[in-house]
Order: sequence, then structure tokens, then C-alpha cells
Amino acid sequence: MNQPINHGDAQNTEMIKKLRVSVPPWLGRLLLWLFPLSFLTIFFFLPLSKILAFTFDTSAFDADNFRIAGSALRFTFYQAFLSTLLTLLIGLPSAYLFARYDFRGKSILRALTAVPFMLPTVVVAAGFSALLGPRGLTHTLFPLSSFQFIGTLPAILIAHVFYNTTIIIRIVGTALSSLDPKLEQAARSLGADTFHVWKNVILPLLRPAIFAATLLVFLFDFTSFGVILLLGGSKFSTLEVEIYLQAVRQLNLPSAALLAVLQLICTLIFSILYTRFASRSTIQLAPRSTLIKPQTLKQKLFVTLFCILLSAFFLLPLSSLPIRSLFRFEADRGQRGEVQYGFTTDYYTELFINRRGSVFYVPPIQATLNSLGYAGATVVLSLLLGYPAAIALAKPARLEKFLDPLIMLPLGSSAVMLGLGFIITYGKWLTSPWLVPFAHTLVALPFVIRTLQPALASIPQRLRQAASSLGASPFEVWRQIDFPILRRATLAAGTFAFTISLGEFGATLLIARPEYPTIPIAIERFLSQPGGLNYGQSMAMATILMLLAIIGMLAIEKFRLPNTGEF
Amino acid sequence: MLEVRNIFKTYEGRLLLNDISFSVAEGKTICLLGASGSGKSTLLRIIAGLESSDSGIISFNGLDLTTTPPHLRDFGLVFQDYALFPHLNVNDNVAFGLKMRRIGQTETVERVATSLKLVSLTEFGDRKVTDLSGGEQQRVALARALAIQPRLLMFDEPLGALDRALREDLLNELRMILHRTKIPAIYVTHDQEEAFTIADRVLILYDGKIIREGTPADVWAKPESAIVAGFLGLGNLFDGEVIAQNEFQTEHGTFTVKCIYKHSRGDKVHLLVRPLPADAQREANILSGVVTDVIFQQDRFKVTLENGLYIYLPDAPKVGQKISVSVKVECLA
Repeated sequence: MNQPINHGDAQNTEMIKKLRVSVPPWLGRLLLWLFPLSFLTIFFFLPLSKILAFTFDTSAFDADNFRIAGSALRFTFYQAFLSTLLTLLIGLPSAYLFARYDFRGKSILRALTAVPFMLPTVVVAAGFSALLGPRGLTHTLFPLSSFQFIGTLPAILIAHVFYNTTIIIRIVGTALSSLDPKLEQAARSLGADTFHVWKNVILPLLRPAIFAATLLVFLFDFTSFGVILLLGGSKFSTLEVEIYLQAVRQLNLPSAALLAVLQLICTLIFSILYTRFASRSTIQLAPRSTLIKPQTLKQKLFVTLFCILLSAFFLLPLSSLPIRSLFRFEADRGQRGEVQYGFTTDYYTELFINRRGSVFYVPPIQATLNSLGYAGATVVLSLLLGYPAAIALAKPARLEKFLDPLIMLPLGSSAVMLGLGFIITYGKWLTSPWLVPFAHTLVALPFVIRTLQPALASIPQRLRQAASSLGASPFEVWRQIDFPILRRATLAAGTFAFTISLGEFGATLLIARPEYPTIPIAIERFLSQPGGLNYGQSMAMATILMLLAIIGMLAIEKFRLPNTGEF
Repeated sequence: MLEVRNIFKTYEGRLLLNDISFSVAEGKTICLLGASGSGKSTLLRIIAGLESSDSGIISFNGLDLTTTPPHLRDFGLVFQDYALFPHLNVNDNVAFGLKMRRIGQTETVERVATSLKLVSLTEFGDRKVTDLSGGEQQRVALARALAIQPRLLMFDEPLGALDRALREDLLNELRMILHRTKIPAIYVTHDQEEAFTIADRVLILYDGKIIREGTPADVWAKPESAIVAGFLGLGNLFDGEVIAQNEFQTEHGTFTVKCIYKHSRGDKVHLLVRPLPADAQREANILSGVVTDVIFQQDRFKVTLENGLYIYLPDAPKVGQKISVSVKVECLA
């Protein structure tokens, strides 16, 4: 039956091909790729090659450098392994909770677990500091407690779990809930008990998703920077922290370059493995709802317990931050004698004052304006570069199979490494504030492309054909079919770029000029200074950043709503 | 013998199953026939143990299974969308239940081969299930259920996803397999043709209740209620009022019907006019009207009249022609 239709189709395509010999398709594709690839070449591959060139310099191969690299590599693996393990421990039951159970407040709890992932590292660090730090709420409320949190390995691990649990929930949870419940029922009717249903049916089918999620978490833990620097301190040197220390504090660029290359090799391997598993885990099964209300005592206990655990774990650090920013618990610097406790808005009003002897040359609020400016520039730049790439990737040909991982490469390479590359390559322009939005665009571009591409690819050709058969001109087709979908995707992608730029820490820390601080840089500086006022201001700024990030997140969710709601 | 006694089930405040009782005798196939939403799939899942009822008893050979978990019931289940394990090949899918029962390698191989032979898929053992056609996948699902030699087989709209020709072939094959293996079976469908082809007994489910139960021929001949007659599409249904003993006044004229149900004057009853012309000598009832449509149906013509009634005739009248046909009128409860 299909034969003659296919034949006719082929003939048609053949004719169209003959009519349009002027522009070969590969040339059109190349034009689409021209700007994104040029940008990546100038700001990513060139700096990368400079870093590589440094390591061929003999001075990089120094016994000291090797010793530093060796211990940094060991610790990086060690903490990433532990973090991933802990994340799985919390994440897998949570994924099961969200994929299988229906309970009150579920969507809110689910959204709550996703919040940290989009939060800037400085906010998370400030949040944990506000909760468990030496000046935090716990120490204030229980003055006799003597535990130390900031500056310990558990602080790093817990912050990583806080960040990445949502990855497990999303990837494994999605796979679990898209699993046809009939498979489980069939297995049961064939004599499989719960254990065998999991062992023989569910886990084998989930395995690619679990591997993919685990690798992704590991990758994020491996390249984590802000959390480790701010919560662990410089005594916990991962590759990432060590790159920063060597490049900025020791001014030992060859050593930093060596570390960066090591880092790159590792992340490359993980990325390749991840892509493998991720592509395998995309086998879509019947997307049917498998939700049940908890009925048995065991189910109720599990659901209640995890709801409490998750809400406490995710709410406490996030809520401590605004609370701490509005309450004074200690003497400000320079004050003697009586200490005023209680509610205060000083930390916010202080942001507008340019104090002599403060850590800035400008009123701290200027950092907010800088950040907003950088973020705006990043949005424009990343959309301009992201659109052509996303269009090409929406209909992948052989070229795209090769270019897709290439364009995602900045995602795998760490922000600190991007910063290092900028220092090495464009050091003489570091006085200009313009390098920052370029670095931010580099970080945001993969996200922008990944947001636009599915929207572009999701528009079925049949819809366009139906519209044109109903009399719509090509422009009308675009206006009626493509535009409404793309408008939302563009807004989502733009907000993504905006939020990423606002929170970017690693690269900015290396390349931002002291007189043009961004919000995260300001928070880091405040946090590292003594004195209650500085601490309070870091809390205030972090609260502002958190609010901005949450508003951004809500906007993204709103704009992607009609599509899938899942990453 | 499977016995289902007084099953009740509410779902989101709605009574989905309202006092369901029936039994399936050794080697018999019963068919649960009902529209979508009639609760038939839920009933099947309750029998399988995949869902629990609010009250009622499921027992097999006198043994109460109501609280037995599904994997210990030994009931085979075949779904509409096959539910084959995508990560296993055909052999491993069929062997799954045997593996769960820890049956030895040699016997497993043997029973898998036997099952695949029963469904005529002998050469398919090493194929990936995702590469098979819909009909082939359903055969594998059937083989998988047969391999465990279940004491009861259950089918949940097993042919619903297949096209018509394939459906007929598979249905006949299924009928033969059920006869040969003598496994009692419950077959759920909304398709009456399927039901009448495969079932020894038909149970019609409506609004959570079994409203008619009997052999296909019995149900066909005596639908008993207007709902059953309407659901089975037995003919023209309309209301009548009792004006005298066996005399009914309707909008299509007055009919004389020997009614097995007791009626008194003024009662409203449902009347059924089968669309086949009847012997004019024996039937006093005549249906007449102007022809508005004639549809060719292989060996007959479906003739629709202006009053909305239809009748099958061997020869095609002209549209606009006025015709009168002797018909058999039945009264319903």
C-alpha cells in the first residue's frame, strides 16, 4: 500500500532538488554554523589551545606541579565519588517517591528539590553558612553547640547532594514514570514478586537512566568550584580550586594549565560516557500515569518520611538565608559593648552606601547593576549565537552528529578553566568589562541551544503541511505554527541565559575587574571579610540573588509549560 | 473453577463495580462484554490481583485467593498493548514466568518451544520483540502467558490494537488454542463479534453490573433489556404503551406482540424490531415508510426509512419509494 506513495514522494523530492541547485544544503548548514563556531573558536578553542600549549612548556613539568596535580586529582575523585554516592542514596528513593506516588503538596515539593540546581553556587554556600556556619542560625539559637560545619568535608558533600539530587529525580524519575505499568503487571501475573519485578524488569529498563544520571552527578561534583571554595576553604583543593589558586594566588600559570588539561581529559571521558548512556536511556515507553496514593502503612510511612526529610533538607538552607539577612545576632565591626539583637534592615540599606575602607570602591549595590548589565548582554549574545545552531541541530545531518558534542563541550569544561583560558589568551583586555559577558555566553550557550532545539524539532512537519494545505502562505505557516512555539522557547532560553549569567561564579572570579564586581563576587568578598556587617551584607546580597534566580526559574517553567515540563 | 462473588469497587467516589458475581467452569471461555468505562478491565485486574476490591471474594477450586498477591495466583494475563519486556528477546520473554518459577533449563527450553509452536512463532525465538509486528507481538504475549501453564487465562482487549483482518485470524487461532489447551479463560472486549466468536458464555457489563448472562445464542435471541439490545445492535428500539392485552401503541403504529413479561394497561415498554423481514403469514406487524437511504452490504441491502428505522432487504428499493414490510416485534423487560 505504501509503496506507490513513497515512490511519488521520492520523485517529488528529486524534482525539488533539481529546481534548487543554486544552494547546496551543506552550504546552508555551514552558514548556520558560521557564527556559533567562530565564537567558540575565538573564545573557547583558542584559549583551550593556549592552555594546552602551556603544558608543553617545560616549566609545567615540575615535580612540585605534579605533586600538586596528583593530590588535587585524588581529592577531586574522592569527594566526587562520595558526593555521588550520597546523592544516589537520597535521589533514588526520591525519584521513586515522585514517579509512583500521588500525595498532597507533591508538585511544590518536587519544585523545591529542583530549586538548588538553578541557584548560583554562592547562594547555596551562603545558605548553608546562614544555617550552619559559625555566625549562622543554628549556632545562634544553640550557643553551646560546638560543631563545625563550614570548612569540613561533610559541608562539601551535603552541598553537592543539595545541588544534584534533582538530577537523579528528573532523569531516573522520568524513566520510571514513563515505564509502562503493564510491564510490571505482566511480570506479576507471570509469577514475579516485588523483588523480582525490580530485579528482572524495572532495574534493567532503568539501568541506562541510572547510569546517565549518576555520571552527570559525578561530572557536576567533579567540576564543582564555588561550593568547595566557599564551604570547604582552600585546604580542600580539587583540580578546580587548585587551578584558581595557582592562577590567581600563586600566579603559576603553567601549573594551572597542567591542572586544567587534567581536568579537561577527565570531564571529556565522563561526558562521552554520559552521552552514550543518555542516548540509550531515551527509549520511550508508554507514557502513562502510574501514580498511586499511598495506601498501606509501609507506603504511608515511606511517603511521609521522605516528604519531611526532603522538605527539611531543601527548605532549611534556603530559608535561613533571608532570615539571617534580616536579623542581627552579633556586634558589627567597630562596635563595642552592648550587642544589639533583633530585626534589622541595615544590611540592605548598607548596600547603597560606599563606605571608606569597605571591600569595594563602589557602593555594593553597583554590583547588582553590573550583574544585570552583564546578564542582558549575555542574553542577546547567546540567543544570536544559539538560534542558528539550534536550527541546524533540530534536523541533524551527519555534520551535526559531529558538531553537537563539539558545541556542548563548554558545558563539560569547567568555568574556572574558561576563566584561565581568558586570562592566558586575552590577558591584556582584562581591564575591559566586556570579557565577562563573553565568558557568560560561553557557559550559557549550551543551555540556550538545548532549550531551543527541542522546541524547533518538536514542530511536526505534518502540522506545517496541514496549515499550508488549508491555505496558509509560508509566512502564515511560520506565524501560526512556528512562532507561538518558538516565542515561548526563546523566552525560556533567554531567561536561562539571564539566570546563568547572574549566578556565574568560577569564570567571573578569574576575569572580573575589582571595580566591576558582580553579585556573586560581591558575596564572596563579603563572606571572606570579618565583621558582622560584612556578613550581614553577604546575606542580603545572596538573598537578592536568590530571589532573582527564583524569579528566573519561575519564568522558565512558565514558558516551557506547554511542551513537556521535563528537561 | 474460578468463582467471583459479590465484588464491589468504588473509584474516586464512583461505584465502578456493583455486586459482581459469576464463575468460570473448567475449560470454558467467558467473555466480559461492555462499553469502555463499564468497569470490565478493572474487574479483570481485580481477578488478577493487580487491584483490590472494596469487598467480595475471588476463589479458585474452593480456595480463597482474595488476598493472594498476583504472582502467586497462577493466572496468565494478556494485555491489549502486549506489555512485552523490551529488554528481553522473544525466548526470554516467553521464559520469564518459568524463570520466576525456578523451572530447570531443559524444561524451560522445551516449554518455550511448545508455547511458541502453539502460536506459530517457532522461528522467532532470538528476535528482538521491538522488531516484531503488532500481531507477532501479541502472539509472543500469548505464548508467554501459555508457557506458565496457568490455571486461568485472562485477556484484556487483546486484539484491540490490531487491524481487522489480523484480528479475525488471531481470534480464530486463539479459539483453537483455548479449545486445545482446555485452559479456562476470561476475555474482556467491547466488540460483540469478538465476544460471540470466542465465548462459551457472554456476560454483559453495564454501569458496574452484569445485566445479562448466557450463551451467545441465548443472549442474541433474548436480549431481555433495551440496554442489551441497544448495545448489541440487534435492531430498532422504540417505546410503546400498553393499550390492551398484547397490544402496543407506538409512534410507528400499533403492534401486536405476545409478551412474556406481565404488563398492565398504560405501562410503558421497550419494543425491539429486528431488521429482518419476517413471514407475513405468521406476523401481523407491518413496518412501513418512505425509503431515504439504501446501502449495499454484500448479500443484502440496508434500507433506512424516513422515520429513522432500518431493515435489511434482499432487493434494493428506490429512494423515495414507500414500502411496507412484515416484521417480528419483541417486547423487552
